[in-house]
Amino acid sequence: MRTSSRYRATARMIATIGVVSLIAACSGNGGGGNADAGGGGYPDDNITIVVPFSAGGPTDTVTRMIAEPMAAKLGGKIVVQNVEGAGGTVGAGEVARAEPDGYTVLMHHIGMSTAPALYKDLGYQPLESFETVGLVTEVPMTVVARKDFAPATLKDLVAHVKANAGKVTLANAGIGAASHLCGLLFQTAAGVKLQEVPYEGTGPALTDLVGGQVDFMCDQTTNTSGQISAGEVKAYAVTTPERVKSLPDLPTTAEAGLPGLEVSVWHGLYVPKGTPQDVVQKLSEALKAALADQKVIDQMAKLGTAPVPAESATPQAHRTKLEEQLGTWGKVIADAGVKAS
Amino acid sequence: MELLDNLALGFSTALLIQNVLYCFVGVLLGTAVGVLPGIGPTATVAMLLPITFNFEPVTALIMLAGIYYGAQYGGSTTAILINLPGESSAAVTALDGHEMARQGRAGPALATAAIGSFIAGTIATVALAIAAPPLARVALQFGPPEYFSLVLLGLIVSIALARGSAIKALAMIFLGVLLGTVGQDIYTGTPRFVFGQRELYGGIDFVSVAVGMFGVAEILRNLENEQTRTAVVSKVKNLWPTREDRRRIVGPILRGTGLGAALGVLPGGGHVLASFTSYAVEKRISKRQQEFGRGAIEGVAGPESANNAAAQTSFIPLLTLGLPAHPVMALMVGAFIVHGITPGPNVITDEPELFWGLIASMWIGNVLLVLLNLPLIGMWVRMLRIPYQVLFPMIILFASIGTYSLGFNAFDVYAIVLFGLLGYILIKCGCEPAPLLLGFVLGPLLEENLRRAMIIQRGDASVFLTRPISAVLLALALAALVVAVLPAIRKRREMVFTEDE
Repeated sequence: MRTSSRYRATARMIATIGVVSLIAACSGNGGGGNADAGGGGYPDDNITIVVPFSAGGPTDTVTRMIAEPMAAKLGGKIVVQNVEGAGGTVGAGEVARAEPDGYTVLMHHIGMSTAPALYKDLGYQPLESFETVGLVTEVPMTVVARKDFAPATLKDLVAHVKANAGKVTLANAGIGAASHLCGLLFQTAAGVKLQEVPYEGTGPALTDLVGGQVDFMCDQTTNTSGQISAGEVKAYAVTTPERVKSLPDLPTTAEAGLPGLEVSVWHGLYVPKGTPQDVVQKLSEALKAALADQKVIDQMAKLGTAPVPAESATPQAHRTKLEEQLGTWGKVIADAGVKAS
Repeated sequence: MELLDNLALGFSTALLIQNVLYCFVGVLLGTAVGVLPGIGPTATVAMLLPITFNFEPVTALIMLAGIYYGAQYGGSTTAILINLPGESSAAVTALDGHEMARQGRAGPALATAAIGSFIAGTIATVALAIAAPPLARVALQFGPPEYFSLVLLGLIVSIALARGSAIKALAMIFLGVLLGTVGQDIYTGTPRFVFGQRELYGGIDFVSVAVGMFGVAEILRNLENEQTRTAVVSKVKNLWPTREDRRRIVGPILRGTGLGAALGVLPGGGHVLASFTSYAVEKRISKRQQEFGRGAIEGVAGPESANNAAAQTSFIPLLTLGLPAHPVMALMVGAFIVHGITPGPNVITDEPELFWGLIASMWIGNVLLVLLNLPLIGMWVRMLRIPYQVLFPMIILFASIGTYSLGFNAFDVYAIVLFGLLGYILIKCGCEPAPLLLGFVLGPLLEENLRRAMIIQRGDASVFLTRPISAVLLALALAALVVAVLPAIRKRREMVFTEDE
């Protein structure tokens, strides 16, 4: 368990080499990139991006989208590795302890800024243990309800939950999940305390929402937009300052009368503290290039999100965002009295 | 007629040469990872997902689906041959399948698994084509109270998995449930029984428990004396099921398919219950109850069919509602998204080629699996002739690699040692590991749904009796408990004999 991510990645490669080589052979263009892109300098080995969440989840999907164009820009190969557990803190802790050589990179979301308030004995500190590389995307969230839930607009919803605080149920995908944070912020903004119903992940939570077992929840467009456009759930608002392209009719929370509910699931790349500045810079440049890639823009649009502007994909902008968010969530979580461990 | 048109559309898509090719690649990979414990379908799909980004969406999904149900197929192989189940359904197959192998009937066991899976896959595919959308609607009627009652029923019928004392089986179920509570509580975030170990926050891994309790414990038991050891390499009688075997497996296959197809539709964990509910049913209605656990071919045919039918119908919530029932399905949601298809109820109307193509490909995949697996039986059976001095270290090696590959965590490998020893001690005490394993799998589901139902109802437990589906399931559970425990208490003296052998 002390092995670094790079060695683990190597172990994965060995354990499954047959599987992968078979597929690479079959898919023609599969294997792709060339690990030895000639000459010295960074990178001369595979870069591992650790995703501290399960494969196939929104964070994982975003990572895999940018991994290929980033690798192309860097002239190396990028391996995406999922190290799940304890709200992303297991994976983050592992990267914090990894060699600061730029070969172990962390993709983390808003959870980076909430973990210090949620977990004691974290084993790392967001600002001290990592170098920020750049922001990647800010995924909007939506307030959605079971389709036969009475309130028609966000204003109605707020009035309804205030009047029926003892009856309404608010689902989330587990402690520290984006849906949990958004739910906390909703309660703060609406000035009400509701019965929360945690699930193990978004899938089961959404299943029960579609099935009418719980009343409402707040989740990323990535998960909800399909159900919204099919009319399986009722949507009230999107939690960003601007409307999203995939759901043009959905008002923002500010437009719908609850400006205090502004939240996005922002994603960023990190490397361990002490990584050489020129390596951080190279990674940041590669990130910028990936975010400008038309294919990435298209793929993200389908998720109901977009790459951040180039000026946000920098270490400085990322650090500013992280500092601001640590402050915001530290307060919201402390006020709500939530603790994960 | 609309159905025929749809199926025609489906087959015309699925039979495109590249789709058949990738379907084959999928089921081949699935079989391969199913055979090895550890590197399960979830890890494989996660790894291959990026490669499929360049495929046509339907091709990508056909291959990923193939990996999933191919793995269900392959999982039974190691369970039968060397008592090394990689997931809960295979643990049920191991009960009688491995006994058959020890009696030199590994061939018929493997063939039964393949034939049962094929028939189940075919019927379930038809069910998917005919009734997917309405079935999904029915499944949504299942909320936390219904799942709680269903899982409780499942736990009680799993007493039937033990061949010995029902009381000991019940004790094993409780021990399994307790082991299942290790890790972070999802409602409060409180770590339970983790002893400060971060590795335990996510709970004990199923593969570690299964590999330890079955595989390692079996090896320890075999090392005891020369006589049982040679049993593993006893003479291979026949490769194919006899006429008598074929007659005996028809009923279990059909019943298993029905049960599995029905349970598989439930997104909250129905597929987990499929194989052993089928086992319990077969054992209960069989005239040869005493044979179960000692190599009854029905104990392989029923669960294997149920498992494969469930694997197929568990695609229903995903395809018709965009709701994943399993980690592999969640990955497929990711694949949908990357290909620009928003998973949800609109897929069936907006992308009919994809929906019907995928369904048709499942049947083609099942044909390919039979063609792939039947000729391999001879080879697998020959593997049993490997002398134990070589075979046992190899099993341990593969078990360790597989377990390590789960999360690259040495902790999981230490765990198989621990569970191997525990499993050995339990066998010595006449307690069987299968009920423990099912308690371990179902315990967290039971707790989660109980607490969720109570939270939603604000602590009002009457909901379990006022919701009709839940009430019926609870009544069945009570009946099952009475049926299972009463004769056990009455016939206690007989049991003492059957326990030690």
